[in-house]
Amino acid sequence: MQIKDIENLAELAKIELTETEKADLLKDLDGILDYVKQIESVEVSDIEVEYSSKNVWREDVPAARVFSREQVISQFPDAKDGFVKVKKIL
Amino acid sequence: MDVKNLTIKQASEMLKKGETTSVELVNACLKNIEEKNKELNIFLEVFDTSTSLSASALEQAQKADQMIKEGNGTELTGIPVAIKDNILITGKKVSAGSKMLENYVASYDANVIKKLKEAGAVFIGRVNMDEFAMGSSTENSAYGPVKNPIDPSCVPGGSSGGSAAAVASGMALCALGSDTGGSIRQPASFCGLVGMKPTYDTVSRSGVMAMASSLDQIGPIAKTSEDAKMIFDCIVGKDEMDATSVNQSETGFRASPKPGFGRVVGVPRDWLKEGVDKDVLENFEQSLEKLKNSGYTIKDISLPYSKYSLAVYYILMPAEVSTNLSRLDGVRYGLRKEGESVADTYKKSRSEGFGAETRRRIILGTYVLSHGYYDAYYNKAWKVRHAIEKEFENIFKEVDFVMTPTTPSVAFKFGAKKDPVQMYLSDIFTVPANIAGLPSISIPSGFSISGLPFGIEFTGPLFSDQALFNIEKDLL
Repeated sequence: MQIKDIENLAELAKIELTETEKADLLKDLDGILDYVKQIESVEVSDIEVEYSSKNVWREDVPAARVFSREQVISQFPDAKDGFVKVKKIL
Repeated sequence: MDVKNLTIKQASEMLKKGETTSVELVNACLKNIEEKNKELNIFLEVFDTSTSLSASALEQAQKADQMIKEGNGTELTGIPVAIKDNILITGKKVSAGSKMLENYVASYDANVIKKLKEAGAVFIGRVNMDEFAMGSSTENSAYGPVKNPIDPSCVPGGSSGGSAAAVASGMALCALGSDTGGSIRQPASFCGLVGMKPTYDTVSRSGVMAMASSLDQIGPIAKTSEDAKMIFDCIVGKDEMDATSVNQSETGFRASPKPGFGRVVGVPRDWLKEGVDKDVLENFEQSLEKLKNSGYTIKDISLPYSKYSLAVYYILMPAEVSTNLSRLDGVRYGLRKEGESVADTYKKSRSEGFGAETRRRIILGTYVLSHGYYDAYYNKAWKVRHAIEKEFENIFKEVDFVMTPTTPSVAFKFGAKKDPVQMYLSDIFTVPANIAGLPSISIPSGFSISGLPFGIEFTGPLFSDQALFNIEKDLL
């Protein structure tokens, strides 16, 4: 991995990094990946998964919630007329 | 009143007999907080005032005393509980130890909070933790580290370090923590307490901030197994707000363990070969002797796949972290730093809001999920995870519990583990239970020469939670 890989990942993750932070992260990630790559050699071809996931969605009908709309809106960093306010997107 | 040495069981009986009141218990905890919190940095907020949506600790205590007086008390009514800062209480701030959510106020109660409220427990305040529960020492908190009450030059463990330290210093009788890779058991061990991670699915995660959703569980930290069981019994159960939570009866949940279960203990000897301190190993062997003397059968076992648990963990966990924390972008809640565009605002908010370890794990998670590496890391890790689950399933046909030290060392000094991998290795014995979804408990097992506590960990088969609370009496 190189500094430009870290820059690319930071862009994908929407995080800004200083040059020092990039260098530190490169070193840390190298160390961590070096540790986790031991799973490469684990032989798992004969492992079968015996359970399956199932859907547990509720019916799509509106139901009352314990919290109010105002409580949720009060936590928006910026709001207008009960909606989240952000800078122009297009 | 000496709340530092008081168990929930004792306090509950005193309350029932009218020998004390909840107000008295809360005042005793508040006094300890006032005397020691400045030094130990445990509470981020003490609930000393009420708001329109939430009551102060003393108001809750008065209400609890009224419940007891009217004969409506439960065994948890009036008991002061400390709550980890990633569990939501309506009307209270909840920051997950992060600057990102410094001023965030919860709009609903976590399911565990709702249940404890109904039982009449008293929330005394919210306690410090590693940012978003990522860490093993609380050194990653944006609000400064917690100090270990037993030796303030040492870490209390993490990420639920505030929860453990609050109980160990008499600032609460018990606490809730969350455990993704050992975050309840490791701090409980470092502070000389009992910490228990329930079977994945048995306690609702609704209202706990998600770190790694396939691994997270809420659980108790207390002075004894009996106390931990009282909290567990209150918070367990299916909740429609957590789609993964299960109904006890549907799963063959062992409300009371089968007769004869719990007497055969397996020791994975190859896990102990390297990286474990000598005094920890000696203490472990002494604990094994005690169990033998109590009539337990001890078997050496081999768990070849499970020794890859930590490697699997450091792929799956950051992958889930990078996904879960993507919601924190300065739009709907938390810190917003305005940039020139929406995308710029995301970046500025996330860069200012997240600390170093959080960024590290988000970047690592982004990497293992990225095109070209997904199969080699994420998919492979899931396959190994299944192999680990299967391996535990098979070993539990031979033994009832797997026993290890909880941690490879006693509580370490601040700044002792600067290299991330060295820090991660302190979770080597706790992570396998999260990977396989198993219930696991850490029980105190004496002190080192320097006076720091040791802990022993027992991990049982799925839904054997209740049986884990029975072991402690045989370790004495």
